[in-house]
Amino acid sequence: MTIAPPEVVPATTTGQLLHFEDVAMTFPNGTTALSGVDLTVNRGEFVTVVGPSGCGKSTLLRIASGLTPATEGVTQVDTSRIGYVFQDATLLPWRDVQSNVELLAELNGVPKAKRRATAKEAIELVGLSGFEKHLPRTLSGGMKMRTSLARSLTLDPELFLFDEPFGALDEITRERLNDELIKLFTEQQFAGLFITHSVSEAVYLSTKVVVMSGRPGKIVDTFPVEFPFPRDPEIRFTAEFAELCGKVSHALREGHH
Amino acid sequence: MTTTPPAPPKNRTLMRPATVKKSRSKTMTWLPPIVVFLALIGVWYAITFLVLDEKRRFLMPPPHEVVAAFFDPATFSEIMVALGRTTAVALIGLAIAMVIGIVWAIAMSQAKWVERSLYPYAVVLQCIPILALVPLIGFWFGFEYPARIIVCVMIALFPMVSNTLFGLQSVDPGQRELFQLQRANRWTVLTKLEFPAALPAIFAGMRISAGLAVVGAIVGDFFFRRGEPGLGSLLSTYTARLRSAELFATIFVAALLGVAIFALFGWIGKRAVGRWYDFSA
Repeated sequence: MTIAPPEVVPATTTGQLLHFEDVAMTFPNGTTALSGVDLTVNRGEFVTVVGPSGCGKSTLLRIASGLTPATEGVTQVDTSRIGYVFQDATLLPWRDVQSNVELLAELNGVPKAKRRATAKEAIELVGLSGFEKHLPRTLSGGMKMRTSLARSLTLDPELFLFDEPFGALDEITRERLNDELIKLFTEQQFAGLFITHSVSEAVYLSTKVVVMSGRPGKIVDTFPVEFPFPRDPEIRFTAEFAELCGKVSHALREGHH
Repeated sequence: MTTTPPAPPKNRTLMRPATVKKSRSKTMTWLPPIVVFLALIGVWYAITFLVLDEKRRFLMPPPHEVVAAFFDPATFSEIMVALGRTTAVALIGLAIAMVIGIVWAIAMSQAKWVERSLYPYAVVLQCIPILALVPLIGFWFGFEYPARIIVCVMIALFPMVSNTLFGLQSVDPGQRELFQLQRANRWTVLTKLEFPAALPAIFAGMRISAGLAVVGAIVGDFFFRRGEPGLGSLLSTYTARLRSAELFATIFVAALLGVAIFALFGWIGKRAVGRWYDFSA
């Protein structure tokens, strides 16, 4: 894990990490979750996918991570260092924060001393120092999510997949975690593919917002987001921000019919 | 990123009047069962002295006679020695049932076809009237300890199998995928995810099996009535000789043994997983 000073803007080095071409997904029961999806995530990009629930957004991530292969199309993933943050924190309740964060390194056979150090660093990055010995049941929803983030950070991911990670959190916690995620994004230089159903979260976080329609999931529109990084929380109250949110919401409504 | 220092949890308990609340709730836990106990003793006396005439009083000797019979030195030592033997059979039987049950469940959790082939037999084991098999087991394995232990295992096994299997299969799918993403092999998934996740269910099953193991340890002995007498033989003998006060005393000892073993395994379960799971003991 490299810790760059915060003023560093995400690497502009191009090169694609994830490329979908005409990807479709039909489940054995005949439901078509995705059809004709073209999507590319390059280094330095943070792409957010918004769409109504059940539009196959999560399926997109499952295909990208290799959990479920697509039934059609080309899926190209150009890195093996993939972080995946689930909707739930999916912490193991019998392990404390430190040992939950160490889990992935442990599964990959990293020696104990090394994974302790990596975990310590990741815990620091998400602001959970001092909570190492706490069990998940004693943590708030936000802290559980931070632990989950730290766990994925130990992989030093080049591509970070987020499946509505903050959907279950309250507004205040969600906004704070959004800011912290942006900070991580600028410091750790991973590319992100983020799923959400919150339009403002999508616009605030990303370099590109992709709008999907429901059943079967299809990409209906793409909006580049030009606000500079690191993002000022105050941009949420600007006219440009509201306008872009309006456009995204409009595309969502259009795609829904 | 803001870091809030971990709150020392002890301060919080000091702030509210925990002691007052606790003592009241303690009374509330103990009082009702004691009231019921006294009521039962009352009913018992009523039956003995009001319902039964003197000639039939042996059908339900009054509580103080049962206590007196229990503390009669000869009976007391007889019951205690038998208690020791029955406890040994129950604990050995339970240990064997635990090992077989957990291994059986793990085997079934590894592949659907294994589950399909083996689970019906766990259910059959649960459903056959084991009482009917007890004499047969005696003929096959003799009437000594091994046969008693086999009866005990057969009676105590099912909850271990079904609870362990349930625990192994109830792992959160997200946690499974977490392991799958790191390409963890079966063994790793079993030891680092499924088995720890199943522990609360395993301990719950163990507690049920513990109670059944006591029943099982008594049943075999009750029917065989050979070799060194355990509580079962005693029950059988006292019944045959119409020594009802001793019979009642032995029944209570057997029940207390069951409760004690049940409580012991509840406590063990709480110690083992109570840190992260609300294990109701």
